Amino acid sequence: MTSEAADSAEAVGAVAPAADPGFLQRYGGTIEYVLIPGAALAGALVVFGIFVMLFGKNPLDLYFYMYQGAFGTWFSWQNTLTRAAPLILTALCTALPAQLGMVIIGGEGALLIGALSATSAALLLQGMPPLVVQVAMVVAGVIGGGLWIMLAGGLRQYRGVNETISSLLLVYIALAILNHLVEGMMRDPASLNKPSTREIGAANMIGSIPGTDVHWGLVFGLIAAIAAYILIYHTVFGFAARVAGGNIRAAKIVGLGVSKLILTICFLAGGAAGLAGMVEVAAVQGRTNANLAAGYGFTGILVAFLARQNPLAIIPVAILLGGISASGGLLQRRLGLPDASVLVLQGIIFVFVLASDALYGRIGFLKGKS
Amino acid sequence: MADGSIGLWTVPLAVLGGAIRVSTPFLFVSLGECITERSGRINLGLEGTLVMGAMSAYGISYLTGSPWLGVLAAGITGALLGALHAGICSLPRVNDVAVGIALMLFGTGLAFYLGKPLIEPTAPRLPAIDFGWWSDIPQLRAALRVNVLFLIGVVLAPILYWAFRTTRWGLLIRTAGESSDAARAMGHSVLLIRLRATMVGGFLAGIGGSFLSLFYPGSWNEGLSSGQGITAVALVIFARWDPLLCLWASLAFGGAAALGPALQSVGVTSGYHLFNAAPYILTLAIMIVTCSPKRTLTGAPAELSITR
Repeated sequence: MTSEAADSAEAVGAVAPAADPGFLQRYGGTIEYVLIPGAALAGALVVFGIFVMLFGKNPLDLYFYMYQGAFGTWFSWQNTLTRAAPLILTALCTALPAQLGMVIIGGEGALLIGALSATSAALLLQGMPPLVVQVAMVVAGVIGGGLWIMLAGGLRQYRGVNETISSLLLVYIALAILNHLVEGMMRDPASLNKPSTREIGAANMIGSIPGTDVHWGLVFGLIAAIAAYILIYHTVFGFAARVAGGNIRAAKIVGLGVSKLILTICFLAGGAAGLAGMVEVAAVQGRTNANLAAGYGFTGILVAFLARQNPLAIIPVAILLGGISASGGLLQRRLGLPDASVLVLQGIIFVFVLASDALYGRIGFLKGKS
Repeated sequence: MADGSIGLWTVPLAVLGGAIRVSTPFLFVSLGECITERSGRINLGLEGTLVMGAMSAYGISYLTGSPWLGVLAAGITGALLGALHAGICSLPRVNDVAVGIALMLFGTGLAFYLGKPLIEPTAPRLPAIDFGWWSDIPQLRAALRVNVLFLIGVVLAPILYWAFRTTRWGLLIRTAGESSDAARAMGHSVLLIRLRATMVGGFLAGIGGSFLSLFYPGSWNEGLSSGQGITAVALVIFARWDPLLCLWASLAFGGAAALGPALQSVGVTSGYHLFNAAPYILTLAIMIVTCSPKRTLTGAPAELSITR
């Protein structure tokens, strides 16, 4: 089954051969990558509609409120984009290692460690100019999260430990470390009900993009996704990574340093998720506590798979799923659906997207003649 | 609770009790996953199955008043989720690890959704057998209050060990796991064998979940399982796909998981969260020690994607 995963990772780069440059032949592959996930998404929405119908709700109301809550008003757009920011970054944590054929699902852990590191940096540098503190927070968050996922990558490369399982175990370990520190040595004595660290200070918050309520984290996410795209598809390093992901033996034969590739890619992946943690602290929470484990790391896995591990495709998919999670509140208030309904819908989408992998290369009219 | 008479002995006793009590979900999930992985497929979705099992067991026990019907319902729910996993995996070019991750999220989400009305009410629990009646020490008696499911699990492990070696079904599952071509050449459908193996695996994992909600901790809430399912999947790997080793590993894990609460009960509260993470740290440590990049693990089914 590894070879199948590698197949699909490889196929992202290789668009159909252009022997006879007809439209379908040139763009058939690209159309497939939009059409099939789109159909999977639509199928999942229909199934979710049937699911809520079983509980006596009108599915048309459901779709209406989902649209309203996600994209219906300027307010909901801002809510959606605010949620999309960490999703872009945590999705990169799964998508980058996927280029090497690795399945990393520990973005949540890197997010928590990144948040913890960024908070520590801010608390150590209290009194310094805000820009210095903010830059230090970014650096600390990236390094903290990066090392966390690099650990999973290193264990895979040097000890043969499966990276999917180790990265997930590291999520629970990260959560334990966070709880230990916020209830122990980093606790703000004033936080009684919800143990938290001290606040990083209002001056050090990264604030909103002018004219909106959307914080700068969205820009961080966009830059990171575009940088990841350029790295993977337009640099020698990215090419080497994709070669190693397609055929590890070939990569070794041509002399690629596979260890270095794995460690670097895992560091960058974890760094992205760590940056998401930093953004959540510096733009939303203002401090570190258990609220940070809000599941952005897990939704990020879904974003990465729905985007077929393509860093650019992650941006619209993250906005879409940010919208779904933004609409959760409205569904709760207007339809009385439990807050977990967003989780159910995400699960259904995930199942449909994976099942739709079977359709690639099988849709007759997209094949063209060859 | 501690009157001072046995003092620090509370800790090893609580760990012993924990090894028996906390290990049961680990045991059922790892035995179930053992069957699935021996057939050549990995189901990472058992974390979701565990939570769904816990929720459906609690719900059915509450509605019918019979905890045993709850256990059955949990098993059936698990088997259905297993069938879903196997069904999707039998489509061409679908990755079983990814489907597992999807079902992990789906199972947990669905359980939280359907389980919302179950957080308040109390459902009848499973009974316990008192093996500590001869003792005067309350802590020892508490440690030896054993649930029937644990005993079933303990008996199941050697039965599976035997079944893998000698029965027709055991051989078929192993053939599918070692070489799907050989199984196909013998005229068997590999997909069907794996479907059944995944359904049985899901059935057992669901029962493991029913233990969580109906015995220990013995209630339904959204924080009921935190990674026990995935820890149990990892446990199968270093138990070398051997049901008997799964039993010992589960007991060790139960003991490790009971360490945090045990130390807390004697007043050691400082590292509470870190001790709670002991099973995950232990899993990771054992995987680091036992895995090797140079060779495949001994005993690993050759068709298994995750070990290649």
